Amino acid sequence: MALNKEQIAHRIARELQDGFYVNLGIGIPTLVANYIPQGVKVVLQSENGLLGMGPFPFEGEENPDLINAGKQTITTVPGSVFFDSAMSFGMIRAGKVDLTVLGAMEVADNGDIANWKIPGKMVKGMGGAMDLVAAAKNIIVAMQHTNPKGESKLLPKCSLPLTGVKCVRKIVSDLGVFDITPDGFRCIEYAPGVTIDEIKAKTAGRLTIADDVKEMVFNA
Amino acid sequence: MNKVVANAEEAIKDIQSGATLMLGGFGLCGIPENCINALVKKGVDSLTCISNNAGVDDFGIGLLLQQKQVKKMVASYVGENAEFERQLLSGELEVELIPQGTLATRCMAAGYGMPAVYLLAGVGTEVAEGKETRNFNGKDYLLEYAFDSDFAIVKAWKGDTQGNLVFKETARNFNPMMAMAGKITIAEVEELVPAGELDPNQVHTPGIYVHRIFQGTNYEKRIEQRTTRKRS
Repeated sequence: MALNKEQIAHRIARELQDGFYVNLGIGIPTLVANYIPQGVKVVLQSENGLLGMGPFPFEGEENPDLINAGKQTITTVPGSVFFDSAMSFGMIRAGKVDLTVLGAMEVADNGDIANWKIPGKMVKGMGGAMDLVAAAKNIIVAMQHTNPKGESKLLPKCSLPLTGVKCVRKIVSDLGVFDITPDGFRCIEYAPGVTIDEIKAKTAGRLTIADDVKEMVFNA
Repeated sequence: MNKVVANAEEAIKDIQSGATLMLGGFGLCGIPENCINALVKKGVDSLTCISNNAGVDDFGIGLLLQQKQVKKMVASYVGENAEFERQLLSGELEVELIPQGTLATRCMAAGYGMPAVYLLAGVGTEVAEGKETRNFNGKDYLLEYAFDSDFAIVKAWKGDTQGNLVFKETARNFNPMMAMAGKITIAEVEELVPAGELDPNQVHTPGIYVHRIFQGTNYEKRIEQRTTRKRS
């Protein structure tokens, strides 16, 4: 069975390493914070100007001056720090953030990503996504493998306006985990019950299957 | 030197139609509520607004959009505003969408007296169209110009009569670098104190950048996405 959103987040959380500074985008990426492995300590960066983001506040303790990049009310953890937006993107640009997790509408087999605009339909803007993908050392995309019509979102070439070029390193979709390699997408894990044939059928871009490909395991 | 003005109306009294304004804030957090309301009341139009977001339909810059006072919006994300999207798709409103870090850095460049900076964001995308590029250490960068803004309007937590500003939590966001970037900078603060009361070690924006300051009233501080957790 394909992974649900929580499971995608759970799988991505296994990529976190102790001491990482991590920027989590809006949507599924936000859920990654709920699955940080035991013994791993990471510092969450919110690009509106915070290092050390904590969980949502208890009801009645919301602070309108304290929000994350998704405009949600949040809290801080001990050791947190506030700064302005220029410094925030300065640390992103300078490569201080170890990992960025974000969503995508399309990813190409060379690592191009599109996630900010559907011409004539949706004009929301890129927010900080272009800055993040241009600069982050490691970018993992959380996404659905296909659109609601069943068409692949892992493509030979993006059809939508690009957010960044050749920047995605890894994708965790509802069907599996894929590295971006010079030979295109390389499937290294598949979701429990999903077949390689299904992954092949639903991947439009170049695809290889790792020799040691394995089924994903969820203990919790 | 007297920077203190009575209220928002007095602070914005020389802002005319056609002016270019920077407005601080991220989402609805740290926006200059009093000055936005005063601009709505004054009715100036054909404004160019540089701000990360465009407010929501009935709050923040959304109020200026409702009254059709904005000619052009320069922003990075405008997703929460249906009226904005309508005016954009119908061609009534001119919009320049730019990456958030580029927006912040173009403000910063103005405040630091730098005419332009080279930035990586947007290389290979439509943001790069028509822009000069230069290769450093094997990577292409875009030449991005400092903003040129008639006024910057910012919101701080505390300020003193010298114009020194202190911001609170993530309401800091774009406010400090916009404060530095305006030809004339107007600061509204929740608490205005006499010079000497702020700890000079803790000031975020030096008063040299601030031309007018006043203590605002009736802050609504609306929350856009109220998210909470249950007590276990």
